[in-house]
Amino acid sequence: MSKETITLEVLRYRPEQEQEPTFQLYESEYREDWVVLDAINHIKDHIDGTLSYRWSCRMGVCGSCGMMINGEPKLSCAAFLRDYYPNPIRVEPLANFPIERDLVIVMDDFMEKLTSVKPWILREQEMPISEGEYRQTPAELARYKQFSMCMNCMLCYSACPVSALEPDFIGPAAIALAHRYNLDSRDQGRSWREQVLSTEEGIWACTYVGTCTTVCPVNVDPAGAIQQEKMSITAEWFKGVLMPWKGR
Amino acid sequence: MRPFVRPVPSTWWLKRRVYFLFILRELTSVFIAVYLILFLNLLYQLSLGRQAYEIYLDFLATPGMIVFHVIALVAALYHTITWFGLLPNIIVVRIGENRVSSKLITGANYVPWIAVSAIIFLILKG
Ligand code: SF4
Ligand code: FES
Repeated sequence: MSKETITLEVLRYRPEQEQEPTFQLYESEYREDWVVLDAINHIKDHIDGTLSYRWSCRMGVCGSCGMMINGEPKLSCAAFLRDYYPNPIRVEPLANFPIERDLVIVMDDFMEKLTSVKPWILREQEMPISEGEYRQTPAELARYKQFSMCMNCMLCYSACPVSALEPDFIGPAAIALAHRYNLDSRDQGRSWREQVLSTEEGIWACTYVGTCTTVCPVNVDPAGAIQQEKMSITAEWFKGVLMPWKGR
Repeated sequence: MRPFVRPVPSTWWLKRRVYFLFILRELTSVFIAVYLILFLNLLYQLSLGRQAYEIYLDFLATPGMIVFHVIALVAALYHTITWFGLLPNIIVVRIGENRVSSKLITGANYVPWIAVSAIIFLILKG
C-alpha cells in the first residue's frame, strides 16, 4: 500500500537568492497522529534539507514553533494534520514580523518590547535578607498567575491588527507581562511601568479587537490584561484629580 | 541579513471574521453619533418654541428618518450587547482565590440596563 501524503505550501525566503518570498510545494508523508511540525521535520529530513524554521520541545511548552497555518497563528507542534487533510496546508512565518529566512522571523524588536516593561520584581527598597523572604498567600498568587503563563510564542502579535498597522505598539504579551508584575503583591513598580504602558505605543494603542486572547495557546488573556491596565490607570488618574493631596 | 517585511493589505479587516465584526462594532459608533446630533437638535428646536419643535418632529417622522433610527437602534443594541459580553474580561472581581463568574458580571450590567430602559418606556407611554 502506498503511503498517504499531504501537500504543504510553504513560504520560502532565501535572501541571498531571491528578492521576495515565494511559495514552495512539498508532498509530505501523512500520518493521522502527525502535527504540522512533524510534516515539516519530515520534509527537512527526507525532501529538502535547506528549509529553515524554529522548534524545540515539540510539546507546546517552549513557544518557538509558531507559524501561520492557513492564515491562523498557531504552534505548529499543536496543529494536527488530520484537521486539514486531505486539503493542502499553507504554512507561513508568523505575520507582523520581518522574515529572516523561510519560516524564521526576526524577534529582536519583540525582545526589546518585553524588557521595556521591566518584567521583574521592582522594589523601592529591598528588604534585608535577615527579614526573610517576601511571602505571598495563595490568593495573592492567584491574582497574577494566569498572566505569568506566557511562553513568548508571539502568536498574539501575529493575530493583532494593531501590531500589524503600528509596529511601535508594545503589544499584547509585553503588556500582559507588565500586568503580571503590577498585580504581584511583592512588586512596587506600578508607577514606573505606567510611564511605558500609559502611552500611545502602550495600552492606549489597543482598540480591543481581542484576537490575541483567542489565539493564545496557554490562555494568558493579554486583551483582558490590557483593558484591566486601562481601568486601573484611569482609576489612579481620577483619584489624583479628585484627591490631589493623596499624592501617588 | 536582509529581513523581508511583508506589507499589510488595506483589506486586512476582511481577512478574518473577527476583524470584520470588530470593524462593524466600531462603525456602530457612527450611527450612535449621528443619532445624538439629531437628538441634541431636537432639544435645541424645543428651546426655539412649539412651532419649530413640531416642524422638526414632522421631519423625524419621514420614512428616511425612521429607517435611520431603526438602523441606529440595531447598532446601539449590537454595541451594547457585545460590550457587556466583553466586560467580564475587564472587570475582575475576586473573592479569595476565585474570580467572580463572568455570567454574574455580565448579568449585573444587564439588570440596570433593562430596568432603566423599562422606566423610560413607561414614561414615554404614560
Ligand atoms: S500571551 Fe499567549 S500568545 Fe502571546 S506570547 Fe504569551 S503565550 Fe504566546
Ligand atoms: S516546539 Fe515547543 S511549543 Fe512547539
